[in-house]
Amino acid sequence: MSVLKSLVDTRSEEFQKNSRVMEGLVADLRGVVAAVKEGGGGAMRERHLARGKLLPRERIRRLLDVGSPFLELSQLAAWGMYTGDVASAGIITGVGTIAGQECMIVANDGTVKGGSYYPLTVKKHLRAQEIARENKLPCVYLVESGGANLPNQDEVFPDRDHFGRIFYNQALMSAEGIPQISVVHGSCTAGGAYIPAMSDEAVIVKGQGTIFLGGPPLVKAATGEVVTAEDLGGAEVHCRISGVTDHYAHDDGHALAIARRIVGNLNRTKPVSLALAPPEEPLYDPREIYGIIPADPRKPYDVREVIARLVDGSRFDEFKQTYGTTLVTGFAHLWGYPIGIVANNGILFSESAEKGAHFVQLCSQRGIPLVFLQNITGFMVGRKYEAGGIAKNGAKMVTAVACAKVPRFTLIIGGSFGAGNYGMCGRAYQPRFLWMWPCGRVSVMGGEQAANVLAQIKKDAMAAKGESWAAADEEAFKAPIRQQYETQGHPYYAGARLWDDGLIDPAETRTVLALGLSASLNAPIEPTRFGVFRM
Amino acid sequence: MFDKILIANRGEIACRVMRTARRLGIRSVAVYSEADAGAMHVAMADEAFLIGPPPAAASYLNGAAILAAAKASGAEAIHPGYGFLSENAAFAEASAAAGIVFIGPPPAAIRAMGSKAEAKRLMEQAEVPLVPGYHGSGQSLAELQDAARRIGYPVLVKASAGGGGKGMRVVADPAALADAMAAARREAKTAFGDDTLLLERYLERPRHVEIQVFADGHGNAVYLFERDCSIQRRHQKVIEEAPAPGLADSVRRFMGEAAVAAARAVDYRGAGTVEFLYQDGQFFFIEMNTRLQVEHPVTELITGLDLVEWQLLVAAGRPLPLAQEQLTRHGHAFEVRLYAEDPAKDFLPAIGRLKHFRPPADSRHVRLDAGVREGDVVSVHYDPMIAKLIVWDDDRAAAVRRLRRALGDCELAGIATNLGFLSAVAEHPAFAAAEIDTGFIERHRAQLLPPPAPVPPLGLAFAALALLSWRGQEARRAAQSSADPHSPWHLTNGWRLNDDNRHDFHFVDGGERRPVVVHFRPDGWRLDLPDGPLTARHAQLDGSRLAAELNGERRSATVVRDGSQLTILHAGHVWQLTLDDPSLRSGADDDVDTRLAAPMPGTVVQVQVKAGQTVTRGQPLIVVEAMKMEHTIVAPADGTIAAVHFRTGDPVSEGQELLSFEAS
Repeated sequence: MSVLKSLVDTRSEEFQKNSRVMEGLVADLRGVVAAVKEGGGGAMRERHLARGKLLPRERIRRLLDVGSPFLELSQLAAWGMYTGDVASAGIITGVGTIAGQECMIVANDGTVKGGSYYPLTVKKHLRAQEIARENKLPCVYLVESGGANLPNQDEVFPDRDHFGRIFYNQALMSAEGIPQISVVHGSCTAGGAYIPAMSDEAVIVKGQGTIFLGGPPLVKAATGEVVTAEDLGGAEVHCRISGVTDHYAHDDGHALAIARRIVGNLNRTKPVSLALAPPEEPLYDPREIYGIIPADPRKPYDVREVIARLVDGSRFDEFKQTYGTTLVTGFAHLWGYPIGIVANNGILFSESAEKGAHFVQLCSQRGIPLVFLQNITGFMVGRKYEAGGIAKNGAKMVTAVACAKVPRFTLIIGGSFGAGNYGMCGRAYQPRFLWMWPCGRVSVMGGEQAANVLAQIKKDAMAAKGESWAAADEEAFKAPIRQQYETQGHPYYAGARLWDDGLIDPAETRTVLALGLSASLNAPIEPTRFGVFRM
Repeated sequence: MFDKILIANRGEIACRVMRTARRLGIRSVAVYSEADAGAMHVAMADEAFLIGPPPAAASYLNGAAILAAAKASGAEAIHPGYGFLSENAAFAEASAAAGIVFIGPPPAAIRAMGSKAEAKRLMEQAEVPLVPGYHGSGQSLAELQDAARRIGYPVLVKASAGGGGKGMRVVADPAALADAMAAARREAKTAFGDDTLLLERYLERPRHVEIQVFADGHGNAVYLFERDCSIQRRHQKVIEEAPAPGLADSVRRFMGEAAVAAARAVDYRGAGTVEFLYQDGQFFFIEMNTRLQVEHPVTELITGLDLVEWQLLVAAGRPLPLAQEQLTRHGHAFEVRLYAEDPAKDFLPAIGRLKHFRPPADSRHVRLDAGVREGDVVSVHYDPMIAKLIVWDDDRAAAVRRLRRALGDCELAGIATNLGFLSAVAEHPAFAAAEIDTGFIERHRAQLLPPPAPVPPLGLAFAALALLSWRGQEARRAAQSSADPHSPWHLTNGWRLNDDNRHDFHFVDGGERRPVVVHFRPDGWRLDLPDGPLTARHAQLDGSRLAAELNGERRSATVVRDGSQLTILHAGHVWQLTLDDPSLRSGADDDVDTRLAAPMPGTVVQVQVKAGQTVTRGQPLIVVEAMKMEHTIVAPADGTIAAVHFRTGDPVSEGQELLSFEAS
């Protein structure tokens, strides 16, 4: 295989400046993550601990194998939304190993609004289930939730992708042989009761976990019966009388030990169909990505410099190196897994789109997972290009990407604008995982571009009426548009709304991608059938 | 010489005798009880015979079964070892009658020395010094004062009928004798109904010095110098050494000659030991042991001889290989007895599996006579000795160094042992200074048997690092057998997205919780310990041997795990920790159902307990007959029956509570 040779001068002033900017972005991200990891904060945490309960992250730690990695999803969910304090949307989701088996963990954080489901809590829960289903990962639900957040009921309850979808997913996953396991650490009221009830196996903690369709206040209101939560739906009731739960635990630690035993008995193997190689570190330090990504997003750089810092031995066999050069495609190994890489290296032209479609077909044919490195302002515009059929050529790439059944992973390493987002396997194209670097931006087009387009339309309208527009006025018109795009395109804004599965440190991209690749191999790679390519 | 011998013993001595037999080309036959079928001495022997059930009385003391085994095997001689039948004259006679040589002294010598009174009478005749005393019938004050003067002060006033210290007085000043006698008489009268007193010389700081003797059937008798066994705990020898420190050559010769005289007085043959009390250049006969002693190896190491070989030669009718003037000694040797016993529980014998046993390697300076191997069980049936560790060097100071090092290198885990106690004795300055006598251990008790101390931070660090290393090995093994062997999911570095991570180990140390928080670091770990943070890197675990760089210093320890029990061995220290991990709890403990209800409708046919009764887990409590089947309700755990709700004959319906039970 050919080895990429880096041309980056790590001692240059520009490299150092770029590094400092990225360090700042990563430090800020870690600061935000540290804050959301506090969940509901001091007093709520103290109260939780005083009841002899473990905090949700501690539960996860004890559930997982000692030292297991935990690929947490959407840490920034609901960041800056609602009342501003629904940390991680009150639910912690991610992949970790239990008894050597990769599992999807979904843990309510009872310290955040009692673990109740806000719209984004539902979205995050459903996204975790979607990942579990696509990658055939057993699900372990650590339940402690008051159910739907009542003031937001219209955005939580009625629609297709709302609360009810959780149980629908459980039923379908169970039917597909994806184990569903619940540990009831706290209350599971009303709809929440169905999480353990819909599970293949359920554990409940005595004196702590309760399951009922209607809680004591509702029962009293409805029938006048006065009953304690424990007598209505505690561990004794459900393990001895109702049979709603299968295992009786004395405390959180015990319950998690039982859950570990349950997973240990699942009898699952990984149907790996890839030709694996021993992993090798890249020749260049991934940390150097910090200095490569220009602090000014308008500045171009060669995406091969990034690839050289992600793949095994920095080895990369390019496909159609000299054709459609604004899209870089080629084969590599990452942590020993063979992958096909599709990376932007400029604006997309007809040739680059066709090249991309071709390469995606190759990987699908060969069962090789695809990694998309998105840094795209869009497809080329103009008379010449429209006449050259850029719309149909772009459509070929979109078709290929949409239909490919091999595991696909998308990484937004820069801009993700317009139709480029589609062709490069954006969120709508359902990659197995989609991550974003803290320097990334997602929007229909860039802020400057949007401001210019809108200003041009207005200017034209004014010109038609014979009016002129002072430069200062035009700037005053454009500034808020730029500001809106800057705010809404910001990765935290995207992360808060679950447009991605998480923001990641560029230096950790290799690890994150490898964890995702390995997890995806729990599902067999299906053959692809493509749609009609417009020729 | 014999072609085949039977060893009527077990443990280290059986193995030790077999080693000499093997060296001499003699086949060895072992005997064993049902408890010892897998024992080391059975594995070492050329042949082995089962002689009975575990209790010694039915096996190793069963002379008839042993002789039958000897006959069946064609053994020409029996080596009795020590203990068991080694000083049993009747067995020696029965062997002879069966035409099998008993490797030991003649029965008459065993008998003579077996009776204390008879032995003392014979020794007196042979002019072997006895502890000066007065055993006369004249009990007047004048007679006793006269006797005390002859014996020499201080004297011990004792009740003639006595024991257990009652009626016993030490009198240093002649003027105090009258009062002491009166008091002793009163006590003796009350305690034993007999106020006859006797007097003996009181030795304030006696030492136990014994002489190894050997005699053959050709009229030769020699002494192989002495051993000092003064380090004793309740008359149990703990450390023995040869030669006795500070013993003048003239005294040594006197003692040796006295011992030979003692042996000659009973027409002795083979190996024997004459024990003396020694103080300030004077020595007094105690008794003679008519067998090979446990501590014989120290004599072997300073003389370069094999005493078992000599025993075999003598028993085969050959003369002693060396005459007295040909016997020499060189250097200094120590022996310590490693026992499965718990010093923290007043040396209660410990039983269980020796999960880990790595003694120091045999060398010119270190010898190990072991009777058990790693993985063997120390049972309740026999003496819980694990091994004898013997060291030798040119002089006492060098030998003390060897002893300390060898004890530090000795690794034992799985059962409580006296290793730490032995180290404490060996490390004691008074021991190094040879300030020893039979009161040594009592005098230094506070230092030798300190109250249990908490496991130090270093011990906690080793435990945590061993657990992390085991986890890493377990993950690597799982990776190898996985379809995705290089997966990053096999990592055990605790990776977290955009954050650092830690793991908390919950240790319990003598009832105290001792948490250790381990922070994962790119190149290792940072441990939060009671005395501050510790950076650990490059941890390597090879079997149970752990080495790691701790705050820039390379340290090592052995960590042995048995379920949730961890034993950490480091520089002679033995630290015990329990890992509190609910994953390690057995499934049976998960759901202790304290509600004892009828499993189906039926009739109570038997009630086997009463309210208030304490019961043990699994004990039958009540029997319910239903559907023509008897269902026995058993105690789900150890506990107490609070109430019994039904009587025999009562009908019960499904789910009705039969008894109230409180788990203890």
